[in-house]
Amino acid sequence: MKEIDMTARYPNHQITTRPVGAFHVRPGAFHRKSLPLVRGPRHNPETMNQSPNLRRVLLAVVFNTAIALGITTFGENGLVVNLVYSQCIGLCIWGLIDFGQYLFIANFQTQKQRLFWLVPLGAALGYLVGTTVAGALLSHSVYGYWMDQPSKALGFFLVSLSAGGVITYFFLSREQLAHAREEMARTQAQAEAAQRQAAESQLKLLQSQLEPHMLFNTLANMRALISHNPEQAQQMLDHLVAYLRATLGSSRTTLQPLQTEFARLRDYLELMAIRMGKRLNFTLDLPPELADVAVPALLLQPLVENAIRHGLEPKVEGGTITVQAHLDQHLLVLDVKDTGVGLPPEGSTPGFGLAQVRERLSTLYGPQGTIEFIADDAYHTWARVIFPVKQP
Amino acid sequence: MNPPSALIAEDEPLLADALRQELQRAWPELTIAATVGDGASAVRQALALQPQVLFLDIRMPGMSGLEAAAELMEVWPVAPGSPAFPALVFVTAYDQYAVQAFDAQAVDYLLKPVQADRLARTVKKLRLALENNAQHAPQTVASGTTETAALEATLAQLRGLLGGAGGPPQTPASTLTHIQASVGNTIHMLPVTEVVYFEAADKYMRVLTAQREYLIRTPLRELLPQLDARTFWQIHRSTVVNTAFIDCVTRDETGKLWLQLRGRPERLVVSRLFAYLFKAM
Repeated sequence: MKEIDMTARYPNHQITTRPVGAFHVRPGAFHRKSLPLVRGPRHNPETMNQSPNLRRVLLAVVFNTAIALGITTFGENGLVVNLVYSQCIGLCIWGLIDFGQYLFIANFQTQKQRLFWLVPLGAALGYLVGTTVAGALLSHSVYGYWMDQPSKALGFFLVSLSAGGVITYFFLSREQLAHAREEMARTQAQAEAAQRQAAESQLKLLQSQLEPHMLFNTLANMRALISHNPEQAQQMLDHLVAYLRATLGSSRTTLQPLQTEFARLRDYLELMAIRMGKRLNFTLDLPPELADVAVPALLLQPLVENAIRHGLEPKVEGGTITVQAHLDQHLLVLDVKDTGVGLPPEGSTPGFGLAQVRERLSTLYGPQGTIEFIADDAYHTWARVIFPVKQP
Repeated sequence: MNPPSALIAEDEPLLADALRQELQRAWPELTIAATVGDGASAVRQALALQPQVLFLDIRMPGMSGLEAAAELMEVWPVAPGSPAFPALVFVTAYDQYAVQAFDAQAVDYLLKPVQADRLARTVKKLRLALENNAQHAPQTVASGTTETAALEATLAQLRGLLGGAGGPPQTPASTLTHIQASVGNTIHMLPVTEVVYFEAADKYMRVLTAQREYLIRTPLRELLPQLDARTFWQIHRSTVVNTAFIDCVTRDETGKLWLQLRGRPERLVVSRLFAYLFKAM
């Protein structure tokens, strides 16, 4: 820009600076239109419409003055003449681009390509109008200048145009960058919130399964077994390890063969059987042809844990848990029954484990995945889970 | 003095065995009078065998260890010459709130798995307590119905452990002004000030006024925090009385306290847990 300043007879250079003034403004303008919900006072609509406008005008005036001073120092003419040209051209260009933007670019993201004609047009028109106004004010003949040194005048005109374009591009990309950054921050915040929610749900699930009471009682049993029945202690430890590995390690989004699911249930029930002694009997009934049917990992676990915790543990004489699987056409039917104290009175809220089973069924199978409780005299709680068999 | 005896209430057989073995090592002269697997049996056997020490698992089927202790306190004989109430040791795998309350030390507690050195400390404490009891026994008998300070402390702690019943008044969610009791198709708006007492009965709460009786479904546990604690006192596991209707309190020959009411003919028994409420000024 400097070269222009030094040689210009007329302070065309403002063209280059004007967009600077205009585009300083822009940040606010873009945001108001495309990002209504972003943070900070900068985006407050009031501050945008009032003070930034005044600030923009002042900025433009300051720039124009600076250029006039530059031209006076290095070029021809007196300060007053340069100042008049500088302000006239600069303010015209600024006004045209700013106003044009306001008129034609309502949504920056979708309409930004309009800048490609708006900026050159604004610059060219502003330059012409500005020189004419300044010429009139100072009684100079603009026409005469163009006639005397046409190539020089045209050169300045073109250089001003391209400089305007470059500066526009500079501020544009800066804006884009800021915009992208904000967009990224927003997506990140959303992702973090979702992640936090998932982690909380996972934690809640773990807490419900790795209940300290269950763990410490199991460990206490193991400690008791070590001295007088090391072999059984070892078996119990193996079951605990398998149970912990399944509970801690399994991703609940995966499917696993039904026989693996039953093996995990057996681990848990074996542990509980050692603890509860003859108060707990259990039967796991898996027809061999269903062994490889894919089921959501640990789907039945909460139901079996409920049967123990709310069904059999509170019952003095204990009882029996039965887990069965059968096929009803294309539907897999899984039953968890116990002879415990029965369902809690109606109206009480279902536990987290049950809610989780429901949620997983509906996520995976929609309305085809159901859980229901069957009234039966022999079994006080009978939960039946039904969902379509997934063809491998 | 006879060799001390203990009762173990633990629903997991391996753990009951383990505790018995550990106790044999830590306290050879202690005999285990019985091992039971639930709270109700613990109360029954404790009454029958009258051991000096009770080891009570907190989580047991039917009645919890805490409930069993409170129940036992109700039915433990207090006539002169009857044996001292057993020392209580609660055993738990993990009950963080209870463990905090236990730290007040009126009753002891053990965490599962029970470790030898921790058990040794408990045994030491129990021995000391039993010796003190033996020394103070004549005095206790002489004073008849007076409970020892230690037992008073145990009672206070049990009240706290059993959910703050009778303990420091909880900040009420909101104080009830009316009881809404349905009779047939009508809902009666009964001012609480007219209620003489509430009594829990199976699935219902009986609400008794001077004239008649209503039934509501709100359990005592939910009702209690909504009542003004200055007016309504819990005097028994299943009874809350309006103090405005208490006429007088009498003690019978077995040491039980009975409330005579204004406007109702029946007398209400005060459980030992809440006897502390009634003292002459």
